Amino acid sequence: MNGTFDAVDRRLVLATQGGLPLVPRPYHQLAEQVGIPAEEVMARLASMLESGAIRRIGAVPNHYAIGYTANGMSVWDVPDERIDELGRQVGALAFVTHCYHRPRRLPDWPYNLFAMVHGGSRAEVMAKVAEIAAIIGSDCRALDVLFSTRILKKTGLRIGA
Amino acid sequence: MREPTPIDALDRAIIDGLQGGFPICERPYAQVAAGLGMSEAELLERLQRMLDARLLTRFGPMFQVERMGGAFVLAALRVPEGDWQRVLEIVNALPEVAHNYRRESEHGGGFNMWFVLATESAAGIDAAIRRIEAASGLPVFPFPKLQEYFVEMKLVVRA
Repeated sequence: MNGTFDAVDRRLVLATQGGLPLVPRPYHQLAEQVGIPAEEVMARLASMLESGAIRRIGAVPNHYAIGYTANGMSVWDVPDERIDELGRQVGALAFVTHCYHRPRRLPDWPYNLFAMVHGGSRAEVMAKVAEIAAIIGSDCRALDVLFSTRILKKTGLRIGA
Repeated sequence: MREPTPIDALDRAIIDGLQGGFPICERPYAQVAAGLGMSEAELLERLQRMLDARLLTRFGPMFQVERMGGAFVLAALRVPEGDWQRVLEIVNALPEVAHNYRRESEHGGGFNMWFVLATESAAGIDAAIRRIEAASGLPVFPFPKLQEYFVEMKLVVRA
Protein backbone atom coordinates (compact mmCIF):
# COMPACT_ATOMS: atom_id res chain seq x y z
CA MET A 1 0.00 0.00 0.00
CA ASN A 2 1.23 3.49 -0.75
CA GLY A 3 2.54 6.35 1.39
CA THR A 4 -0.73 8.14 2.10
CA PHE A 5 -2.28 4.89 3.25
CA ASP A 6 -0.71 3.81 6.53
CA ALA A 7 -0.88 0.81 8.85
CA VAL A 8 -3.78 2.26 10.83
CA ASP A 9 -5.80 2.82 7.64
CA ARG A 10 -5.07 -0.77 6.75
CA ARG A 11 -6.43 -1.93 10.12
CA LEU A 12 -9.56 0.11 9.43
CA VAL A 13 -9.97 -1.63 6.08
CA LEU A 14 -9.58 -5.00 7.77
CA ALA A 15 -12.15 -4.05 10.40
CA THR A 16 -14.76 -2.81 7.89
CA GLN A 17 -14.30 -4.85 4.71
CA GLY A 18 -16.90 -7.33 5.99
CA GLY A 19 -19.25 -4.45 6.81
CA LEU A 20 -19.86 -1.60 9.21
CA PRO A 21 -20.97 -2.70 12.71
CA LEU A 22 -24.77 -2.59 13.03
CA VAL A 23 -24.77 -0.83 16.41
CA PRO A 24 -25.85 2.71 17.31
CA ARG A 25 -22.29 4.04 17.47
CA PRO A 26 -20.46 2.02 14.78
CA TYR A 27 -17.39 4.26 14.58
CA HIS A 28 -16.91 4.00 18.33
CA GLN A 29 -17.02 0.23 18.09
CA LEU A 30 -14.43 0.34 15.30
CA ALA A 31 -12.29 2.60 17.48
CA GLU A 32 -12.21 -0.08 20.16
CA GLN A 33 -11.39 -2.78 17.61
CA VAL A 34 -8.61 -0.79 15.98
CA GLY A 35 -7.30 0.84 19.15
CA ILE A 36 -7.57 4.51 18.20
CA PRO A 37 -10.01 7.25 19.30
CA ALA A 38 -13.43 7.38 17.60
CA GLU A 39 -12.68 10.90 16.35
CA GLU A 40 -9.65 9.52 14.53
CA VAL A 41 -11.70 6.68 13.00
CA MET A 42 -14.15 9.23 11.64
CA ALA A 43 -11.42 11.58 10.42
CA ARG A 44 -9.59 8.76 8.64
CA LEU A 45 -12.75 7.43 6.97
CA ALA A 46 -13.67 10.96 5.87
CA SER A 47 -10.19 11.39 4.46
CA MET A 48 -10.41 8.07 2.58
CA LEU A 49 -13.75 9.19 1.12
CA GLU A 50 -12.16 12.46 0.08
CA SER A 51 -9.20 10.74 -1.59
CA GLY A 52 -11.38 8.14 -3.31
CA ALA A 53 -9.90 5.22 -1.38
CA ILE A 54 -13.49 4.70 -0.26
CA ARG A 55 -15.90 5.13 -3.16
CA ARG A 56 -18.89 5.43 -0.85
CA ILE A 57 -20.34 4.12 2.40
CA GLY A 58 -23.70 2.40 2.16
CA ALA A 59 -25.74 -0.61 1.17
CA VAL A 60 -24.85 -3.00 -1.64
CA PRO A 61 -28.08 -4.61 -2.84
CA ASN A 62 -28.28 -8.06 -4.34
CA HIS A 63 -29.28 -7.05 -7.89
CA TYR A 64 -31.35 -10.15 -8.44
CA ALA A 65 -33.34 -9.65 -5.23
CA ILE A 66 -34.23 -6.04 -6.07
CA GLY A 67 -35.54 -6.88 -9.52
CA TYR A 68 -32.52 -6.75 -11.83
CA THR A 69 -32.66 -10.33 -12.95
CA ALA A 70 -30.90 -9.65 -16.24
CA ASN A 71 -27.34 -8.41 -16.16
CA GLY A 72 -25.62 -8.08 -19.48
CA MET A 73 -21.97 -7.30 -20.06
CA SER A 74 -22.08 -5.71 -23.51
CA VAL A 75 -18.75 -5.82 -25.31
CA TRP A 76 -17.84 -3.93 -28.46
CA ASP A 77 -15.03 -3.90 -30.97
CA VAL A 78 -14.46 -0.26 -31.88
CA PRO A 79 -11.46 1.45 -33.50
CA ASP A 80 -8.80 2.33 -30.92
CA GLU A 81 -8.64 5.91 -32.14
CA ARG A 82 -12.38 6.32 -31.43
CA ILE A 83 -12.66 4.44 -28.16
CA ASP A 84 -12.15 7.31 -25.69
CA GLU A 85 -14.83 9.45 -27.32
CA LEU A 86 -17.25 6.52 -27.58
CA GLY A 87 -16.47 5.29 -24.07
CA ARG A 88 -17.32 8.68 -22.59
CA GLN A 89 -20.62 8.81 -24.51
CA VAL A 90 -21.63 5.26 -23.58
CA GLY A 91 -20.53 5.74 -19.96
CA ALA A 92 -22.76 8.82 -19.73
CA LEU A 93 -25.92 6.75 -20.41
CA ALA A 94 -28.03 6.52 -17.25
CA PHE A 95 -28.44 2.75 -17.43
CA VAL A 96 -24.73 1.91 -17.85
CA THR A 97 -23.22 1.11 -14.45
CA HIS A 98 -19.63 0.38 -15.54
CA CYS A 99 -17.84 1.33 -18.75
CA TYR A 100 -14.21 0.48 -19.48
CA HIS A 101 -11.61 0.19 -22.21
CA ARG A 102 -10.00 -3.26 -21.85
CA PRO A 103 -7.51 -5.16 -24.02
CA ARG A 104 -8.56 -7.43 -26.88
CA ARG A 105 -7.58 -11.12 -26.75
CA LEU A 106 -7.18 -11.98 -30.41
CA PRO A 107 -8.28 -14.09 -32.15
CA ASP A 108 -11.03 -15.17 -29.74
CA TRP A 109 -11.88 -11.86 -28.16
CA PRO A 110 -11.95 -8.86 -30.49
CA TYR A 111 -13.80 -6.57 -28.04
CA ASN A 112 -12.17 -3.53 -26.42
CA LEU A 113 -15.12 -1.56 -24.97
CA PHE A 114 -17.09 -3.02 -22.06
CA ALA A 115 -20.42 -1.55 -20.84
CA MET A 116 -22.46 -3.22 -18.10
CA VAL A 117 -26.24 -2.99 -18.41
CA HIS A 118 -28.77 -4.14 -15.79
CA GLY A 119 -32.49 -4.71 -16.39
CA GLY A 120 -35.58 -6.62 -15.39
CA SER A 121 -35.40 -8.92 -18.40
CA ARG A 122 -33.05 -9.85 -21.22
CA ALA A 123 -35.38 -8.05 -23.64
CA GLU A 124 -35.03 -4.86 -21.62
CA VAL A 125 -31.25 -5.19 -21.54
CA MET A 126 -31.18 -5.80 -25.29
CA ALA A 127 -33.31 -2.67 -25.86
CA LYS A 128 -30.70 -0.71 -23.91
CA VAL A 129 -27.90 -2.36 -25.86
CA ALA A 130 -29.66 -1.11 -29.02
CA GLU A 131 -29.39 2.43 -27.62
CA ILE A 132 -25.65 1.92 -27.17
CA ALA A 133 -25.43 0.54 -30.70
CA ALA A 134 -27.11 3.68 -31.99
CA ILE A 135 -24.39 5.80 -30.37
CA ILE A 136 -21.53 3.66 -31.62
CA GLY A 137 -23.04 3.45 -35.11
CA SER A 138 -20.69 2.46 -37.88
CA ASP A 139 -17.74 2.34 -35.46
CA CYS A 140 -19.13 -0.99 -34.20
CA ARG A 141 -17.19 -3.80 -35.87
CA ALA A 142 -18.47 -6.57 -33.60
CA LEU A 143 -20.58 -6.81 -30.47
CA ASP A 144 -21.76 -9.41 -28.00
CA VAL A 145 -23.77 -9.43 -24.77
CA LEU A 146 -22.70 -11.86 -22.05
CA PHE A 147 -25.60 -12.43 -19.66
CA SER A 148 -24.81 -13.56 -16.17
CA THR A 149 -26.70 -16.72 -15.34
CA ARG A 150 -25.44 -17.14 -11.78
CA ILE A 151 -23.69 -15.12 -9.09
CA LEU A 152 -20.95 -17.53 -8.05
CA LYS A 153 -19.37 -15.27 -5.43
CA LYS A 154 -19.87 -11.70 -4.28
CA THR A 155 -17.88 -10.77 -1.20
CA GLY A 156 -16.02 -7.67 -2.32
CA LEU A 157 -12.47 -6.85 -1.26
CA ARG A 158 -10.89 -9.15 1.34
CA ILE A 159 -7.32 -8.32 2.25
CA GLY A 160 -5.43 -10.59 4.61
CA ALA A 161 -4.90 -9.85 8.30
CA MET B 1 -35.64 -23.14 4.48
CA ARG B 2 -35.76 -19.42 4.99
CA GLU B 3 -39.03 -17.70 4.13
CA PRO B 4 -38.68 -15.47 1.06
CA THR B 5 -38.51 -11.91 2.35
CA PRO B 6 -40.83 -9.46 0.66
CA ILE B 7 -39.48 -5.94 0.21
CA ASP B 8 -41.84 -3.39 1.75
CA ALA B 9 -41.87 0.37 1.25
CA LEU B 10 -39.50 1.02 4.14
CA ASP B 11 -36.96 -1.56 2.95
CA ARG B 12 -37.16 0.03 -0.48
CA ALA B 13 -36.55 3.48 0.99
CA ILE B 14 -33.55 2.14 2.90
CA ILE B 15 -32.01 0.43 -0.13
CA ASP B 16 -32.65 3.36 -2.47
CA GLY B 17 -31.60 5.98 0.04
CA LEU B 18 -28.54 4.27 1.42
CA GLN B 19 -26.45 3.19 -1.57
CA GLY B 20 -24.06 5.97 -0.66
CA GLY B 21 -23.74 8.98 1.57
CA PHE B 22 -23.93 7.17 4.89
CA PRO B 23 -22.91 9.83 7.41
CA ILE B 24 -19.73 9.83 9.45
CA CYS B 25 -20.85 11.03 12.88
CA GLU B 26 -21.44 9.65 16.35
CA ARG B 27 -24.94 8.25 15.71
CA PRO B 28 -25.12 7.80 11.92
CA TYR B 29 -27.96 5.26 11.96
CA ALA B 30 -30.07 7.61 14.10
CA GLN B 31 -29.45 10.42 11.61
CA VAL B 32 -30.41 8.29 8.61
CA ALA B 33 -33.42 6.79 10.41
CA ALA B 34 -34.78 10.25 11.23
CA GLY B 35 -34.65 11.14 7.54
CA LEU B 36 -36.53 7.96 6.66
CA GLY B 37 -39.15 8.44 9.38
CA MET B 38 -38.20 5.42 11.46
CA SER B 39 -36.36 4.75 14.68
CA GLU B 40 -32.66 3.97 14.88
CA ALA B 41 -33.54 0.53 16.30
CA GLU B 42 -35.87 -0.23 13.39
CA LEU B 43 -33.28 0.79 10.81
CA LEU B 44 -30.65 -1.43 12.45
CA GLU B 45 -33.11 -4.33 12.65
CA ARG B 46 -34.11 -3.97 9.00
CA LEU B 47 -30.50 -3.72 7.79
CA GLN B 48 -29.64 -6.88 9.71
CA ARG B 49 -32.69 -8.69 8.34
CA MET B 50 -31.93 -7.64 4.74
CA LEU B 51 -28.33 -8.81 5.12
CA ASP B 52 -29.49 -12.13 6.59
CA ALA B 53 -31.99 -12.56 3.74
CA ARG B 54 -29.30 -11.61 1.18
CA LEU B 55 -31.33 -8.67 -0.13
CA LEU B 56 -28.16 -6.78 0.69
CA THR B 57 -24.79 -8.36 0.07
CA ARG B 58 -22.95 -5.81 2.27
CA PHE B 59 -23.39 -2.69 4.30
CA GLY B 60 -20.36 -0.50 4.82
CA PRO B 61 -17.51 1.26 3.03
CA MET B 62 -16.78 0.26 -0.57
CA PHE B 63 -13.05 0.45 -1.04
CA GLN B 64 -11.31 1.49 -4.24
CA VAL B 65 -8.27 -0.70 -3.71
CA GLU B 66 -6.29 0.98 -6.49
CA ARG B 67 -6.30 4.22 -4.48
CA MET B 68 -4.63 2.31 -1.67
CA GLY B 69 -1.82 0.94 -3.84
CA GLY B 70 -3.67 -2.26 -4.67
CA ALA B 71 -5.13 -3.68 -7.86
CA PHE B 72 -8.51 -4.76 -9.18
CA VAL B 73 -8.62 -6.85 -12.36
CA LEU B 74 -11.36 -8.60 -14.32
CA ALA B 75 -10.35 -12.04 -15.60
CA ALA B 76 -12.02 -14.91 -17.40
CA LEU B 77 -11.74 -18.65 -17.82
CA ARG B 78 -13.08 -21.09 -20.37
CA VAL B 79 -14.32 -23.91 -18.16
CA PRO B 80 -15.44 -27.18 -19.74
CA GLU B 81 -18.91 -28.13 -18.46
CA GLY B 82 -17.75 -31.42 -17.00
CA ASP B 83 -15.08 -29.63 -15.00
CA TRP B 84 -17.26 -26.76 -13.80
CA GLN B 85 -17.67 -27.64 -10.13
CA ARG B 86 -14.00 -28.45 -9.57
CA VAL B 87 -12.82 -25.20 -11.14
CA LEU B 88 -15.50 -23.17 -9.36
CA GLU B 89 -14.29 -24.44 -5.99
CA ILE B 90 -10.68 -23.61 -6.84
CA VAL B 91 -11.50 -20.07 -7.96
CA ASN B 92 -13.95 -19.22 -5.17
CA ALA B 93 -11.57 -20.51 -2.50
CA LEU B 94 -9.16 -17.64 -3.18
CA PRO B 95 -9.78 -14.61 -0.93
CA GLU B 96 -8.43 -12.48 -3.79
CA VAL B 97 -11.56 -13.35 -5.81
CA ALA B 98 -14.00 -10.56 -4.90
CA HIS B 99 -16.78 -11.44 -7.35
CA ASN B 100 -17.41 -14.33 -9.68
CA TYR B 101 -20.17 -14.66 -12.29
CA ARG B 102 -21.18 -17.31 -14.75
CA ARG B 103 -21.82 -15.68 -18.11
CA GLU B 104 -23.09 -17.08 -21.38
CA SER B 105 -23.12 -15.78 -24.92
CA GLU B 106 -22.90 -16.81 -28.54
CA HIS B 107 -19.76 -14.96 -29.57
CA GLY B 108 -18.01 -14.55 -26.25
CA GLY B 109 -15.00 -16.64 -27.18
CA GLY B 110 -16.18 -19.44 -24.90
CA PHE B 111 -15.33 -17.52 -21.73
CA ASN B 112 -17.95 -18.62 -19.22
CA MET B 113 -16.46 -17.80 -15.80
CA TRP B 114 -15.78 -14.11 -15.15
CA PHE B 115 -14.27 -12.99 -11.88
CA VAL B 116 -12.67 -9.93 -10.31
CA LEU B 117 -9.39 -10.18 -8.45
CA ALA B 118 -8.78 -7.54 -5.77
CA THR B 119 -5.36 -7.49 -4.12
CA GLU B 120 -3.25 -5.20 -2.00
CA SER B 121 -0.51 -4.97 -4.61
CA ALA B 122 -0.22 -5.35 -8.36
CA ALA B 123 2.04 -8.36 -7.79
CA GLY B 124 -0.79 -10.04 -5.91
CA ILE B 125 -2.85 -10.20 -9.11
CA ASP B 126 -0.16 -12.14 -10.96
CA ALA B 127 0.31 -14.46 -8.01
CA ALA B 128 -3.44 -15.18 -7.80
CA ILE B 129 -3.60 -15.86 -11.54
CA ARG B 130 -0.67 -18.27 -11.32
CA ARG B 131 -2.32 -20.11 -8.43
CA ILE B 132 -5.60 -20.49 -10.33
CA GLU B 133 -3.77 -21.68 -13.44
CA ALA B 134 -1.67 -24.17 -11.49
CA ALA B 135 -4.64 -25.59 -9.57
CA SER B 136 -7.11 -25.68 -12.48
CA GLY B 137 -4.79 -26.48 -15.36
CA LEU B 138 -6.63 -23.81 -17.39
CA PRO B 139 -5.23 -20.54 -18.74
CA VAL B 140 -6.57 -17.38 -17.07
CA PHE B 141 -7.25 -14.41 -19.36
CA PRO B 142 -6.89 -11.10 -17.52
CA PHE B 143 -8.73 -8.05 -18.86
CA PRO B 144 -7.12 -5.17 -16.94
CA LYS B 145 -8.81 -1.83 -17.47
CA LEU B 146 -6.93 0.48 -19.81
CA GLN B 147 -9.34 3.36 -19.20
CA GLU B 148 -12.32 3.82 -16.89
CA TYR B 149 -15.12 5.91 -18.43
CA PHE B 150 -17.78 5.46 -15.78
CA VAL B 151 -18.46 3.45 -12.63
CA GLU B 152 -21.46 3.97 -10.40
CA MET B 153 -23.21 0.86 -9.23
CA LYS B 154 -26.43 2.30 -7.83
CA LEU B 155 -29.73 0.65 -8.76
CA VAL B 156 -33.26 1.66 -7.76
CA VAL B 157 -35.37 -1.16 -6.26
CA ARG B 158 -37.90 -2.45 -8.77
CA ALA B 159 -38.77 -5.86 -7.36
